[in-house]
Amino acid sequence: MKKKSKINYKQDRIYYIVCYTIITLLTLIVLYPVIYVISTSFSSADRVVQGDVWLLPVDFNLQGYKIILSYKNIWIGYRNTIFYTVVGTLINLAVTLMCAYPMARKTLRGRGPIMFFFSFTMLFSAGTIPYYILMNSLGLLNTRWVLLLPGAMSVYNMIVCRTFIQTNVPDEMLEASQIDGCNDIHFFFRMVLPLSKSIIAVLALWYGVGHWNSYFDAFLYLRDNNLFPLQIFLRELLIQSQQISEVTETLEEMQNMDIYVVLKYCIIVVSTAPLCCIYPFIQKYFQKGVLVGSVKG
Amino acid sequence: MRNKKISVGKTVKKRNPLKDWQLYLFLVIPVIYIIIFKYVPMGGLVIAFKDYKVRKGIWGSDWVGFENFVRFLSSYEFGRAVKNTLSLSIYSIVASFPFPIIFALVINSVRSEKFKKVTQTIVTMPHFISTVVLVGILFSVFHCRTGLYGNLLHTITGEYPDDLFASASNFRHFYIWSGVWQGFGWGSIIYTAALSGVDPTYHEAAQLDGASRIQRIVYVDLPAIVPTIITMLILRMGNVMSIGFEKVYLMQNSLNLSVSQTISTYVYKVGLSGGRSGDFSYATAIGLFNNVIEFFLVIIVNKISKTVSETSLW
Repeated sequence: MKKKSKINYKQDRIYYIVCYTIITLLTLIVLYPVIYVISTSFSSADRVVQGDVWLLPVDFNLQGYKIILSYKNIWIGYRNTIFYTVVGTLINLAVTLMCAYPMARKTLRGRGPIMFFFSFTMLFSAGTIPYYILMNSLGLLNTRWVLLLPGAMSVYNMIVCRTFIQTNVPDEMLEASQIDGCNDIHFFFRMVLPLSKSIIAVLALWYGVGHWNSYFDAFLYLRDNNLFPLQIFLRELLIQSQQISEVTETLEEMQNMDIYVVLKYCIIVVSTAPLCCIYPFIQKYFQKGVLVGSVKG
Repeated sequence: MRNKKISVGKTVKKRNPLKDWQLYLFLVIPVIYIIIFKYVPMGGLVIAFKDYKVRKGIWGSDWVGFENFVRFLSSYEFGRAVKNTLSLSIYSIVASFPFPIIFALVINSVRSEKFKKVTQTIVTMPHFISTVVLVGILFSVFHCRTGLYGNLLHTITGEYPDDLFASASNFRHFYIWSGVWQGFGWGSIIYTAALSGVDPTYHEAAQLDGASRIQRIVYVDLPAIVPTIITMLILRMGNVMSIGFEKVYLMQNSLNLSVSQTISTYVYKVGLSGGRSGDFSYATAIGLFNNVIEFFLVIIVNKISKTVSETSLW
């Protein structure tokens, strides 16, 4: 018995060494590119192009950020993205809650067919072109609404929300308030909403991050520079420029290129910093949301 | 037992719908939304069987039957797009599936809560980087002259390497491994949660019987998350035909088209990239072809899993 546990003890030590090594390694692999991007954005263009930046900023300076912040399109993009994120998320929350509340009622007549009506759209969708034609015929193309209305509710999120309400608002509470003469609308505002605070937070974060990062819809439906969200400008600066600069690699352009390299890193930091700074504080809500979503209802 | 049954029957008794009019009122806006933005475009799918002309409208255009489908199935692009879509998808499943599980298993055996918390926060963070920024980081860091990759090889060999993105053979690896980098931490959350539900007495009992830490992982932890693994795998298999448009399109260039042209990027190219002159009917037919296959895949995969493992999505 003693001998056996000794062997196991040794095995366990090896295991823990391997285990911590794996975790440390994976964490470093995630962390290093992020640190590199941030450090480069604070370094001087000459040193970056010479290849002197490995981990920490070299010749710390803010030249790149000065240029970025004086670039008009970044401000337009920021303003639009904030607008789309705030208004879009509010619409999302309103529609999702309106839908989830009645669907959480087991006594609702026609609940099964209505649920099928919603969830079928998760399995089958019309695809890009019919969607584009619809946006065109509704007159939504190249308006702000096209980023707000078509995605007003995610059926998946609605089901998550419905499951949450079902498990967190007890039936007894409904019965008691019905005896007190409370109708369904009052019950929603007085009882369901206050009890659903945590799921509302989760949904707001999911929807909000989605709006902040989305680029596809704007790319398809918007043509007007003043309506573009940040991600569209980012694509122009980060990805399209890549292809252009390879074509036009003349000497005059090379001089501008040095600073351009740093600019790219600055843009990445400026656009991603807000989410990454907030994230550690709201992390637990996000993870909670994943768990609520995994409960089948 | 019998009493219980009766009481269950009582609670699900449907009420008079007139009494519930307020509940139906809540549903009005969501239902209208779903009809307009989800079901109406499904009606628009008829143009896949027509020769759609903008000035004639959806209903005024001429019927052509299955001509668009035949054209796609017999075209050169069909084989290429399907092959690229499936290869990306399957490669992605094989490469990205094990990492979240491994990470969850090892992080679960860490005793220091602080270490756990810090590492988990770091590895989940990339989930919130947008696709555009991710591809931007990829291009910048692996740039052959000014990026980390170029610098590293320059320091070692004294010469700048070739452009990695100019070669078609690298496209898939970049696409997949940047996805693993971004997603494995987030993907591990669901497994970590399943592991935290494991009854600690199982571990204690195994320890008393002299099981080592590795044995406890194999015989206690792993069986506990097998249902979750199967569910996640089903979900993933059902989506094997849908490779998102965004990232592929952003990473696409004329040099890697032979491996990066997927069904969704081809639909875009045919239908929308040429402005108003796009071939809407043809593009719709390709999209419909893809969505129908996807639809049946989800249903079949779900049915298989229901009989094999008794886990299903509905």
